[in-house]
Amino acid sequence: MEQILHNRRAILLLVGPALLVYSSVVLLPVVWSLVYTFFEGNVIGGFHFVGLQNYRQLLSDAAFWQALTFTLKYAVTVTAGQILLGLLLALLYVFYLRRASALVRTLVFFPVVLPTVAVAQLFAKIFAIAPQYGLVNAGLALLHLDGWIQAWLGQGSTAFWVLALMDIWRAMGFYAVLLYAGLVEIPAELIEAARVDGASGLRLVWHVVLPLLLPILLSALIFSINGTLKVFDSVLALTGGGPGQATTPLTLYMFNTAFSYGQYGYGSTLAMALAVLSLLVTVMIFGSARRDVA
Amino acid sequence: MQTTDDLDLKALLNRRQFVRLAGGATLGLAALLSGCGGESGGGSSGSGSLAIHFLSVQQAGTGWPLVLQTITADYARSHPGVSFTVDYIAQTNLYQKVQLLAGQGALPLLYNSPPVDTLLQLQKNGQVLDLEATFRQLGVLDQLVPAAVTIIKQLFNNQLLALPFELNIEGFWYNKSIFTRYGLQPPQTWDELVRLAGQLQQHGLQPFAASGIQGWPLTRLIGNYLFRKYGPEALLRVKSGQAKLTDPGYVEAAQAVANLGKQGYFGKGVAELDYDPAEDLFLQGKAAIFYMGSWALRDFNNPARNKIGAEAIGYFPFPTVAGGSGSSDQAPMNAGQTTSVNQARYNSAAGDWLAYVARHYGDVALQKEGAVTGFVVHQQPASVPALTRLVLELISQVKQPVLWFEALFSTKATTLSQQNAAPLVTGAMSPQDFMAAIQQALDQG
Repeated sequence: MEQILHNRRAILLLVGPALLVYSSVVLLPVVWSLVYTFFEGNVIGGFHFVGLQNYRQLLSDAAFWQALTFTLKYAVTVTAGQILLGLLLALLYVFYLRRASALVRTLVFFPVVLPTVAVAQLFAKIFAIAPQYGLVNAGLALLHLDGWIQAWLGQGSTAFWVLALMDIWRAMGFYAVLLYAGLVEIPAELIEAARVDGASGLRLVWHVVLPLLLPILLSALIFSINGTLKVFDSVLALTGGGPGQATTPLTLYMFNTAFSYGQYGYGSTLAMALAVLSLLVTVMIFGSARRDVA
Repeated sequence: MQTTDDLDLKALLNRRQFVRLAGGATLGLAALLSGCGGESGGGSSGSGSLAIHFLSVQQAGTGWPLVLQTITADYARSHPGVSFTVDYIAQTNLYQKVQLLAGQGALPLLYNSPPVDTLLQLQKNGQVLDLEATFRQLGVLDQLVPAAVTIIKQLFNNQLLALPFELNIEGFWYNKSIFTRYGLQPPQTWDELVRLAGQLQQHGLQPFAASGIQGWPLTRLIGNYLFRKYGPEALLRVKSGQAKLTDPGYVEAAQAVANLGKQGYFGKGVAELDYDPAEDLFLQGKAAIFYMGSWALRDFNNPARNKIGAEAIGYFPFPTVAGGSGSSDQAPMNAGQTTSVNQARYNSAAGDWLAYVARHYGDVALQKEGAVTGFVVHQQPASVPALTRLVLELISQVKQPVLWFEALFSTKATTLSQQNAAPLVTGAMSPQDFMAAIQQALDQG
């Protein structure tokens, strides 16, 4: 084996095809997209060089700042919800339900395998006000809380929370299973020893379980923030970015700009902004991970 | 046992073999990638044979494709070798698909027209046929209804760049039974309309059914208000830069529609309502008035959808605005989703077929689909539904057709206008901000 790995020709042959495919379908478009940020136009009318104009437009574009704010607010809220509820569920499985947890685990995991569009339809119906009241509004009507009946998805403020709720519900089962795997790996003797020393409940979790779970917790955090910063399908399926642009994340704004408005240059500039944002967050997480874990 | 370490790859693979293998892999990959592209779209080849492809947002066997299939089947009897194929694309993806195909020179002979700005770019690239010149040369220009020609020319920079497979008149459809029950009359002025809505609400009825998700059923009202206030030139002046949407008179139109929303006349769920549920509110008698184009007749004439009965539906034109220079015989009209012809694929065989279509489209569409089109009808079918007859009559009376609010806007301005319509009527966005956002998009070009 060593001999093969010392043979450059062999390495090139083994890695080459994959590298070629990767370069042509990933790296090349990324570089291409970067070039587009200095151009404006579309495939029909042709492209022309505009220098830094797209970047100047970005800074003064209110819609961009709104989309950026929404993306960050959404990413923080949903990641916090997914990890926290995932953790609580995992603790529930291990310390409370124990061997009986299989059924609950399956049930909570179930939404993960459902298609996003189906889940979005479900939530749209639950929170509907027209043409018929959905479950929530019907429930409020039944309790004579008529003042609370509202168009949950028709107002930016409430639509945000419905969206966050949907994505937390959809993914918490996944993080619960991930963290559960981490929890069962913690040696029973350690927990036992802590118990003998008098630690229980919150103190046991905070001082013993969490520090031992940290590597898995960080992986979960990276998974979650990575998914939420790039949220697209659930927004498109539930609210379409509306009402107005109230729930439009950067990804959807970028998609609309490039493919609906035919502004490929400015769309690429928005993509670049999203890439820089993702890079910053990744660096931040890995920075803290190096201190704590490695 | 032999381990992988024992394998000597160097011995197995000399330089020539390596080059051959690597070259093969590269060629294979290139072949794979190039296989992703390829020719589609169709057109004509050889003498007499003609393969017509139609990039359409309607599926084969429905709507315009069905009419064209019927006509082509008839035509093929005397012209063997003519075939007709529909390439379906969802409405929301049309613009992208047209761009993609146009970029590769693969746009078919017939395609649903993309937004105005894109179509004009396509024209520069020689992918849009000037139908006025073509139809004149083919001797079938008289097969087009003049009103249809007028609105298509208004839309496309004074050129006939699309076929009017539909011809619609817009206005308010109302539930006659409800109006009779409460002794109400169709309004003549905007103020009367607002008063009428208030009365309906007092009787516990939702006055208007409208889709906030689509947005355009709401912005149509803004556009019509402007046509009534400033006359048919209202939005042409915005396009030419003589007026801004942020001018007080223009903001007034947005304010008037926002006020309807503020009073709750569109119902609580307007922002969440899509096209079909909104129409159902009207057709199930839960809302009294429905602003829509006459394409909705397909549903009005369908007893499965229409629970109030076709005879219970009446029509009144958009009312006049106090002190406005427009009048209610300037009717909002459109040719629906239009269809353009690709100049690059056009030849004499396609011309013969097109002339045949022009002579028969009006008749076949009315017989098969009960559809009113921009083509002249030669033979009225024996039985035409009453509402369809009403629409035919209304269209024949139109003195001057006007377009709709976003007709002359760029794609971005159009999208913003329709997306922000719901926030406008729910009070989440002020009329000033609504108009300013669109004007800004227009200024960007």
